[in-house]
Amino acid sequence: MLRGGADVDELSSDLRCALESLERSQVEKVLEAAIRIHSPLEVIEGLIMPALEAVGEDWTAGKVALSQVYMSGRICEDLVGRLLPAVAQERGSFPRCAIAVLCDYHLLGKRIVLSVLRASGFNVLDYGRMEAPALVARVLADQVDILLISVLMLPAALKVREVRAGLDALGSRTRIAVGGAPFLFDPELWREVGADAMGRSAADGEAIVRRWAGEGAP
Amino acid sequence: MNPMQRVMTAMGQAEPDRVPLFILATMHGARDLGLSIKDYYSRAEHVVEGQLRLREKYRSDCLNPAFYAAVEVEAFGGETIFIEDGPPNAGAPVLRQDADIDRVKVPRLEDCPGLQRGLEAIRQLKAQVGDDIPILGSVISPFSLPIMQMGFEHYLDFLYGQPERFDRLMAVNQAFCVTWANAQLEAGATAIGYADPLASTTLLPRAFYLKTGHRVALDTLPRIRGSVAIHLGSGRGLSLADDFAATGTVAVGVSAQEDLGHWKLAAGKRFALLGNLNGVEMRRWSAEDAEREVKRAIAKAGQGGGFILADNHGEIPWQVPDEVLLAIRDAVERWGHYPLDWKE
Ligand code: B12
Repeated sequence: MLRGGADVDELSSDLRCALESLERSQVEKVLEAAIRIHSPLEVIEGLIMPALEAVGEDWTAGKVALSQVYMSGRICEDLVGRLLPAVAQERGSFPRCAIAVLCDYHLLGKRIVLSVLRASGFNVLDYGRMEAPALVARVLADQVDILLISVLMLPAALKVREVRAGLDALGSRTRIAVGGAPFLFDPELWREVGADAMGRSAADGEAIVRRWAGEGAP
Repeated sequence: MNPMQRVMTAMGQAEPDRVPLFILATMHGARDLGLSIKDYYSRAEHVVEGQLRLREKYRSDCLNPAFYAAVEVEAFGGETIFIEDGPPNAGAPVLRQDADIDRVKVPRLEDCPGLQRGLEAIRQLKAQVGDDIPILGSVISPFSLPIMQMGFEHYLDFLYGQPERFDRLMAVNQAFCVTWANAQLEAGATAIGYADPLASTTLLPRAFYLKTGHRVALDTLPRIRGSVAIHLGSGRGLSLADDFAATGTVAVGVSAQEDLGHWKLAAGKRFALLGNLNGVEMRRWSAEDAEREVKRAIAKAGQGGGFILADNHGEIPWQVPDEVLLAIRDAVERWGHYPLDWKE
């Protein structure tokens, strides 16, 4: 967390304004100012993550649009990659996370979740688009702790069941977090298909990863 | 009243005999005919037979011979990917780089077998039902089509970054959209659904839409020679009600994530409402759930007409069982007759 009083509040409100208006150069200025006083991890956890979480919550509540979520994720991802490249190492190798689009041709949801996770300094393996059996094999081979799955079509959402069954059958303890439109329209669906959690926004995905990381290896 | 009279009365902001019901099932026709979804869409005759059977079964107040959204990208040279248990999807984007956009031409309807099948299905249905049952036509808006033509991520980058090229692409897409819509009207469609989910505030901020997709809609709808209804494909749009009214739309499709009562107020009597049953959740509804949801929607928006009950996306998912659709139909029979005197 960021220590200190007024300057932190000021920095975070500046950052939120800059993100809302999608002013990349403004975002950059705020982050550069923050880096001068705080450690990279502090900047990420105290400034960037709360800002992206707020954007995510506002989207879930219908207050901002997806294009703003997408653009602000991209801007932060870029700047973190450039200004704070060492954070991913600071976070260490646990948990090992991977993300995939399952049986679906819609990659934007994954792209946004990936941006937010990377902007938060997490290392995430990007599997692209996969069918269930290949995904199971890959997760086992890479010893993934947390598997994030994004879908847009309902039939694809229902295929999460196959991934769960495949992992269970081989004794894997990998946890699955899912997200995407079908899960927003049917809030029971994630349980039904055997996921361990569902994120309503990309920032939720980051919160889930952080929570599970805090709980240690399963 | 026959379905046409019922629907027209409701669209005219008056109360017909009962709330019109649009069960917008498409792929269910394949199941009824015992065909794979791919086979089903390979011939206009299948869709005609499927639609007639489904109407008989669900007693829907319209025919909905829509194929699938990706058919419009076929016209631009795209491929469609079929699966066993759900709607076809557009394959790889056809407009991959700037040069593709500079070169893209307005496709001719004659050159696209998929669109010809669509027109043929409308013609055959019209020959069968005449003016008794509305036949819905549909187009993807010029503004939303690039999500499939370019891929969503690329299109968002493009939208925010390349205003001149955007105008060129819109001109091409608009010419295509208007021709395709008018051909459907000539073939016998009663009205055109203008699918424009990118207009939705779920996806774009209103201020940005007003500078882009709204301009396109204001210019496109008047060129379509018939009634047009804007549909957001279950995206939110309440704060756009006045903007939609300005386009001349006759109806708007409302999301399950919004309150039909709020929309009723916002629309005034300027356009009718279509919605807003949750199609994804519908998969696991009991008969009681169906009845409750139907009652809720009618109570919020049925008074005075101007309302058609339907799902919120404009297509019932393949996974929704017949029992649920029949329960919806029965609930409309029970609660949909005017006057709605059960409502406090
Ligand atoms: C815009 C839109 C369209 C546009 C463009 C679609 C496209 N992307 O290609 C058009 C008009 C072309 C269209 C067409 C179709 N559509 Co459409 N469309 C939509 C709409 C409004 C938004 C979809 C979208 O791309 N959103 C952007 C993504 C990124 O949002 P998202 O998935 O919600 O992701 C966010 C969160 O959920 C979360 N998240 C996502 N993944 C993950 C993963 C994790 C781990 C976490 C934590 C979080 C997370 O973060 C993201 C950012 O905040 C939705 C309805 C809606 N209200 O969402 C329907 C919807 C996706 N469409 C649907 C369907 C069926 C179709 C068609 C198949 C219809 C047809 N028969 O042709 C076609 C297919 C088009 C194609 N590509 O071939 C259905 C899919 C569900 C179903 N019924 O199976 C939906 C959900 C509508 C509904 N309510 O039923 N559509």
